[in-house]
Amino acid sequence: MGIEEKLPAGILLTTVEQIAGYARKSSVWPATFGLACCAIELFSAGGPRHDLARFGMERASATPRQADLMIVAGRVSQKMAPVLRQIYDQMSEPKWVISMGVCASSGGMFNNYAIVQGVDHIVPVDIYLPGCPPRPEMLIDSIVKLHDKIQNMKLGVNRERQVTELEEAGLRRLPLTAGSAVHSGAGQSATVQAGAVQPGALEPAGRLQLGLIDQSVHADDTGGMR
Amino acid sequence: MTQPNEPAQGGAAQGGAAQGGAGKGAGDDSTGQGSTAVPDPAALAGRERLAEQVARSGMFGTMTTGDTSGYGGLQVRRAPRLASPRPYGSYFDEIADRLADSLATGGPSFGAAVEQVVVANGDLTFYVQREHLISVAAKLRDDPTLAFEMCLGVSGVHYPTDTGQELHAVYHLLSITHNRRLRLEVTAPDADPHVPSLVGVYPTCNFHERETWDFFGLVFDGHPALTRIEMPDDWRGHPQRKDYPLGGIPVEYRGATIPPPDERRSYE
Amino acid sequence: MTASADNQAHGATATGSADTRDSDYDGYDDYDEGRVYNVAGGDWDEIVSGAVGDDRSSDEHMVINMGPQHPSTHGVLRLILTLDGETVTELRPVIGYLHTGIEKNMEFRTWTQGVTFCTRMDYLSPLFNESAYCLAVERLLGIEAEIPERASVMRVLLMELNRISSHLTAIGTFGLELGATTVFIYGMREREKTLDIFELITGLRMNHAFIRPGGVVQDLPAGAIERLREYLRVMPGLLGEIRALLDHAPVYLARTRNIAYLDVTGCMSLGVTGPILRAAGLPWDLRKSQPYCGYETYDFDVATQQSADVYGRYRVRMDEMDQSLRIIAQCVDRLAGTSGPVMIGDAKIGWPAKLALGPDGMGNSPDHIAHIMSQSMEALIHHFKLVTEGFRVPAGQVYAAVESPRGELGCHAVSDGGTRPYRVHFRDPSFTNLQAVSVMSEGGMIADVIAAVASIDPVMGGVDR
Repeated sequence: MGIEEKLPAGILLTTVEQIAGYARKSSVWPATFGLACCAIELFSAGGPRHDLARFGMERASATPRQADLMIVAGRVSQKMAPVLRQIYDQMSEPKWVISMGVCASSGGMFNNYAIVQGVDHIVPVDIYLPGCPPRPEMLIDSIVKLHDKIQNMKLGVNRERQVTELEEAGLRRLPLTAGSAVHSGAGQSATVQAGAVQPGALEPAGRLQLGLIDQSVHADDTGGMR
Repeated sequence: MTQPNEPAQGGAAQGGAAQGGAGKGAGDDSTGQGSTAVPDPAALAGRERLAEQVARSGMFGTMTTGDTSGYGGLQVRRAPRLASPRPYGSYFDEIADRLADSLATGGPSFGAAVEQVVVANGDLTFYVQREHLISVAAKLRDDPTLAFEMCLGVSGVHYPTDTGQELHAVYHLLSITHNRRLRLEVTAPDADPHVPSLVGVYPTCNFHERETWDFFGLVFDGHPALTRIEMPDDWRGHPQRKDYPLGGIPVEYRGATIPPPDERRSYE
Repeated sequence: MTASADNQAHGATATGSADTRDSDYDGYDDYDEGRVYNVAGGDWDEIVSGAVGDDRSSDEHMVINMGPQHPSTHGVLRLILTLDGETVTELRPVIGYLHTGIEKNMEFRTWTQGVTFCTRMDYLSPLFNESAYCLAVERLLGIEAEIPERASVMRVLLMELNRISSHLTAIGTFGLELGATTVFIYGMREREKTLDIFELITGLRMNHAFIRPGGVVQDLPAGAIERLREYLRVMPGLLGEIRALLDHAPVYLARTRNIAYLDVTGCMSLGVTGPILRAAGLPWDLRKSQPYCGYETYDFDVATQQSADVYGRYRVRMDEMDQSLRIIAQCVDRLAGTSGPVMIGDAKIGWPAKLALGPDGMGNSPDHIAHIMSQSMEALIHHFKLVTEGFRVPAGQVYAAVESPRGELGCHAVSDGGTRPYRVHFRDPSFTNLQAVSVMSEGGMIADVIAAVASIDPVMGGVDR
């Protein structure tokens, strides 16, 4: 848009952020990146029972140029990895990635020569969704969380500030020991947000490689994940 | 079902490995510089950690055999392959006799072509000499009493301990006319992994032979285009051989816990 | 073609070079691409034959890549098409984008754990993968005769339900790829009902790992028979809706009649089985010819068509779904009101746990835990050894085949006498059937390539394994 670069931080920028966030989240177009079994659950999520059309997502764009969201659904093999990266590069900003299923999040049950052990080796991931395959309801839950993230994305000056803060926090973060525990908590969902520091005000993670040691599940500073 | 292998060689190496591809760790240091004169000791420690030598990068190579059953000391002796005596039972005798007659009219003799006949688990297996594979297959396909019209593909097996016969190519044939099945097995040593291609007799073997070449390094002479089919074209090695590791990464559980069942989320 | 004052009257001229500039307008002869044939008198036939006889340069034929990411290729299949206008002159499929190393991975797990792996190969028909594998293992173990009757009936029930759900996906995505999105919605809606039944019986919607060597894991839960009867009551009508939508739709017929023809000879040489072979007219079905799991005791027909085209394959799939409903009705009759074991009685092989629903989901039933912890040391030892080490399978090799929705799915299992498979190779029908796509599509148009691929219904998880 460009307008957000010129606005000073303040109520005007915040309002623009909220409006832009609302517009962006209301019709996220997924890029069809169904690879394996999770793709079938993705189809089911688009079916009449679990309806993705209520989010404006039923128009899955085959061309990545018009897509906002890449749902990596399924196991990514070594042969497919460069294709995945190419499709991701062809998507235009702003773009988000949900890695659907355990195979996309971490290699899943296939800890072997042929499968990339997590697509975050290749593309930055915003939401990790475990499951083998995750139910369509879980996929919708992750999409709703992504909507939260999109809605609260900061723009312009605010974003630069946030990025600096995140970097400093990341450098200060210590690796996990066996004592610190991550708990999903009562009533929490199974989806994990990557790089979460403050829930609800998140940078699409990994767009900057902050040199974080642990980008996976980690003890949350705020003592619980929303 | 996987059990964690030995832990990684220190968190820094693992972190270096995990972020090695991005290579941005060093680059971002500069933006982390605050305007303060005295650097934050914690941030300093962070930068030091990032500057350590990368012990391992890339995703391959387990430290062990990849055996995750925890049973690495198991020594299993394979039973020797015993030829079955006549009579073989059910329709197997008919096939063997008919093939012998058919080969007698032209081509190698049955004894020369088929070195062993094994009947086990309800299947008939002919162990065929690789030089005579094409003639035997052609006879099996063309003879009307045999009529094995359909080949169900090639499967490779690697027996590294079977010196001189390490690579086996197993063909399953199906006769729709007579409703029968047959297995042909061809062996080749590792030193000379060549088997004649059956694409001329059964065109369906095209993809299957490519796959067997891809996974075992078994070269099918006469195949129109023997290239890798499953692995990327520039892959090195033949993955399903026994001397090729399973690969993967050592799995770590970094303090994750699973909450008690009543505190987990329900998707009802 | 320009008429110019050049002296080169016949044959081809090199492009782009300005030989003479007689006037300002001669600059228009400078073409950057394409061949320029100057016709300034002479025999028309000679010029034309000269032009045609040239090697068809690359700008006549386009090489188009229908890359691995494309909505109209069933999963990650890459097709490299050489096009002459809209006609496909050459088609090469490239696979391997979903290769997971399942077969090698199974060599590092016990025989029972292998079920969880092989179930994810052909992910639209997971129960068939499991079934082929378990039949192979049981044949190696020599316990085929000891599989409980109820387990076999449940296997048949689940396989036929899976056939319906797989065909519904096939027909749904078929419509989606041809542009008929309503069919997709209908197919998914029907499929949800089938997945509900799966969830009730096996606990999962997909990738069940329910059929294990020795039988099945669990008996039918309470209420399953009623749900199945309800399902049988509504499904024929719903399938009829899809038929009403497609069977005589003129656009659909125009796009599928006489497209992607492959007759019986072609199928035989390419090793193609399943609906494609039956649409060509040959009624070959392993359930009838080489029955397994008691299929010889069920009353059903083999659906065939004679047209060997895309429409014929569609009709075969619809008919097969009707036959599956027949078989399911017979299974339900056999299961209702009877009871019995569903796992082999041999304690050294059968999966030990008796499962029950607890507060955290399905797990060992409290009775079973009480039995192994306080009543029988032997049962505890068996449970422990079976779960950690697994059972030993005698050395040998076997090939067991089932009729999956896509064709003959075979499992070639080699054992070296240990607790883990020595080698498992799956003869996947989609892998073999995909060789037919070039034969079917070359000479046709691009849109027909989509129809051809859809009619083969390849599942790339099975193709690449």
